[in-house]
Amino acid sequence: MTIMEFTAVVAIVSFVAGLLGSLTGLGGGVVLVPLLTLLFHVDIRYAIGASLVSVIATSSGAAAAYVKEGFSNIRIGMFLEIATTFGALLGAFLATRIPTSALAIIFGAVLLYSAYLSRKPRPLDQRNLPPDPLATRLRMNGSFPDLAGPRSYNVQHVPTGFSLMFGAGALSGLLGIGSGAVKVLAMDQAMRIPFKVSTTTSNFMIGVTAAASAGVYLSRGYVDPGLAMPVMLGVLVGSLLGSRILVKAETKSLRLVFSVVILVLGLQMLYKGFWGKI
Amino acid sequence: MPSSAAPAPQPHPQQPQPQRWDDRRIEVILGNLLRSGVLLPAAVVLSGACVYLSRHAHEPADYRIFRGEPSEFRTIAGVIHSVLNGRGRGLIQLGLLLLIATPIARVAFSIVGFAIERDRMYVAFTLIVLAILLYSLLGSGLGV
Repeated sequence: MTIMEFTAVVAIVSFVAGLLGSLTGLGGGVVLVPLLTLLFHVDIRYAIGASLVSVIATSSGAAAAYVKEGFSNIRIGMFLEIATTFGALLGAFLATRIPTSALAIIFGAVLLYSAYLSRKPRPLDQRNLPPDPLATRLRMNGSFPDLAGPRSYNVQHVPTGFSLMFGAGALSGLLGIGSGAVKVLAMDQAMRIPFKVSTTTSNFMIGVTAAASAGVYLSRGYVDPGLAMPVMLGVLVGSLLGSRILVKAETKSLRLVFSVVILVLGLQMLYKGFWGKI
Repeated sequence: MPSSAAPAPQPHPQQPQPQRWDDRRIEVILGNLLRSGVLLPAAVVLSGACVYLSRHAHEPADYRIFRGEPSEFRTIAGVIHSVLNGRGRGLIQLGLLLLIATPIARVAFSIVGFAIERDRMYVAFTLIVLAILLYSLLGSGLGV
């Protein structure tokens, strides 16, 4: 394949990944690295570097749209970023020290978990939960515009959420992904933040988390301009489009398709990792 | 509309509602910052792509073997030097550096926002995040 063809095909695939990732809230990064390594035979380290950069672009682009709608909660985001940036730094240093087959296996496991999580029914949005003393002290409770006017919420289980976010950050730094699946676990399940707020707030946070490990990746020579360019531009356009549709769209069937894709990619990554083909 | 107009399910008068109006204004400014912080890098990357593709379009693409990038694409000084030499890939890397700078600028801006709201606790939290980000950038050898 010539550079022109390669750039065009990678840009199209990245666009679709960005669009689906944004619509389903599962993130485009989680399919990008397996697609680049399995389909285009890109070395997993280059793939992770390019994906990480695209994750920042997605986050900033989508957050720009969401923040204005009043969905995201900057206090929850900033507090949890302490955990995710620490984790990301650790993950990035680990990534340069462990073999690529181990990276592939961890990646496969994360993909399988994401697929499982995306099929599980979302916990019902909390209504009328009592305020948690720690969350109240941290001023995390807030409100967001819903169909029937503004709706307020009370955040729960802050320490559990914080610990899970450290893990999400470490995975993000290790694999160059946004770790949407772990963030959903932390913010939706543990902290009981309403879906729209948790999605947009985590989108907002992902860029900061990825920036914490991007410096390490760039200085280690993992970010190739020729590869990162089509990935970043494709994902950015796709996710911007997706974030415009999100507010209205019903994404049930899309999530089904996307979770099957994730499942297949996860199995392939595990296979490649265990049989040393990566 | 200020979101403090929301009827709380469990009113707790002992804790005053935080100043949501200020939050709202900060959020709008943040939205604009993020938008320009992604459009400018994208434009720089795109112009770098034009230069790169106009010169190398017909060469074979091969990323099978990891070689690591040369130092001109790994450090800030190297990237600037290669941009001045008119290299397309240098320009792409510059765009990516600007992209990485956006979330860091957002964190730095949030410190000002929380300070205006006199929220010392969150000024402290944000300073911790900024310190981690700067450590990652400078401690990783990118600045060299």
